[in-house]
Amino acid sequence: MLRARIVLGLYIGFLLLPIYWLVNMSLKTNSEIVSGLTLWPHTLTFENYTKIFTDPSWYSGYINSLQYVALNTVLSIALALPAAYAFSRYRFVGDKHLFFWLLSNRMAPPAVFALPFFNLYSAIGLFDTPFAVALAHCLFNVPLAVWILEGFMSGVPREIDETAYLDGYGFPHFFVKIFTPLVASGIGVTAFFCFMFSWVELLLARTLTSVDTKPIAATMTRTVSAAGMDWGLLAAAGVLTIVPGALVIWFVRNYIAKGFALGRV
Amino acid sequence: MDKPVNQGAWLLVLPVLLIVAFSAIVPLMTVVNYSVQDTFGNNQFFWNGIGWYQELLDPSTDLGGRFFDALWRNLLFSFLILAIEVPLGIAVALSMPRQGWRVAATLVVLALPLLIPWNVVGTIWQIFAREDIGLLGWVVNHLGIPYNYTADPLSAWVTIVTMDVWHWTSLVALLCYAGLRSIPDAFYQAARIDGASRWAIFRNIQLPKMRRVLLIAVLLRFMDSFMIYTEPFVVTGGGPGNSTTFVSIDLVKLALGQFDLGKAAALSIVYNLIILAVCWVFYTVMTRMDSGRS
Repeated sequence: MLRARIVLGLYIGFLLLPIYWLVNMSLKTNSEIVSGLTLWPHTLTFENYTKIFTDPSWYSGYINSLQYVALNTVLSIALALPAAYAFSRYRFVGDKHLFFWLLSNRMAPPAVFALPFFNLYSAIGLFDTPFAVALAHCLFNVPLAVWILEGFMSGVPREIDETAYLDGYGFPHFFVKIFTPLVASGIGVTAFFCFMFSWVELLLARTLTSVDTKPIAATMTRTVSAAGMDWGLLAAAGVLTIVPGALVIWFVRNYIAKGFALGRV
Repeated sequence: MDKPVNQGAWLLVLPVLLIVAFSAIVPLMTVVNYSVQDTFGNNQFFWNGIGWYQELLDPSTDLGGRFFDALWRNLLFSFLILAIEVPLGIAVALSMPRQGWRVAATLVVLALPLLIPWNVVGTIWQIFAREDIGLLGWVVNHLGIPYNYTADPLSAWVTIVTMDVWHWTSLVALLCYAGLRSIPDAFYQAARIDGASRWAIFRNIQLPKMRRVLLIAVLLRFMDSFMIYTEPFVVTGGGPGNSTTFVSIDLVKLALGQFDLGKAAALSIVYNLIILAVCWVFYTVMTRMDSGRS
């Protein structure tokens, strides 16, 4: 037991130290940062955060990111629900191949798609809108959503479907009123993972936006190169990108283990 | 499993099929199209057949040499990642508390690095490993070990591997933890009565239960490390020299940096095929394991 605590303690220390360093830096003034190493801020300042919350070119980045992430999560789940039901309940021509093909897209390298997506979304006039990024992220999030939901749906006994049909429910009515509530926790887990993968991805999000819908992560990289090195501001922006993720984990903490337990992430 | 055959199920799959086809097949067709053509600008294209592929797969040419260098580098990176993260992830999973408030707290802390945007992960380590203002770089240098990831390839590799371990070991740990949770307490009690050693419990009870999730963990870690782009790009930009230029970084340099569309497209196709092949092997092994179990 003692050894277990030491291993876990060391690992958690290793995880938290770089994050602490970022937080530490975000609360320092730039002159303190460059003048030498200090383990905690000697002149505590919230100026970096104030700047982000008052300057539209900064905070609009967060709004843009959250916009396409939300859009993508809703879209992925809405499309994946019926498909996952089909995979969990029926056999049909080509089902196994289709499933493999879907999954292989989860593994496709975004770098391959950056340029063709740029051409494609420019051609259909969606470039630099949240829709472009939300659709592009469907490439990996829709297969993922189908995979996770299929696992949860297979856990619901098929007798429930049969009873409902015997009671005279049509498919749409049954699906929305009875079946979807039964897999609510599965939808929660799926939403978490869709949010996560859309939130952390940058390559496609940056390629498909230029001015109006720039994601926060891209705003960070540009501002750094333009203004020299404003370390404190950069650190503060970094800390703020961790916050939404941390909130989401906190809300779904009891479901995460369940989602992982299916071995489907 | 006696699922009824129902071709009508295609209707339910159709929306997913359309959206994924739109975002996968249409762009891939563009890529295939570019990969067999050459351009001298002005949107004029010439048929080039399999020329780019020949050049790409021949290590003696400029393009081929560059591709194989990046490929071996990337495979070495993936190997290191798996060799470190899988054992470490198992060790962490075995050390996790089984009940009480500490479970939720540990889960949240462990999941934290997974939810940080990838370029911010890069930024965190870029700062943390700097010798002047970063804790890690400062401490290592003051211990008398020369360490500078912008100038020394070995330091750059150490930084990037450590960063990936920091970023992704939690995923392996969480997957293994979920596998461990599915073991009923009765198993442990029986083992205790038999006087089984810690190693015997791990070898005969815990490891078999984790086999499936471990396979998934290895697959995900291999794939994601094989297509890694953002994090090393932010930290080292592929340097010093080309020492941390992985396949994705090279690809983006070719496509968006030099607008060498034909070469980049041929590289994309080969890259995608490698990934598809690995994916297929894993999928086959996994479905075989599933059918063997039921």
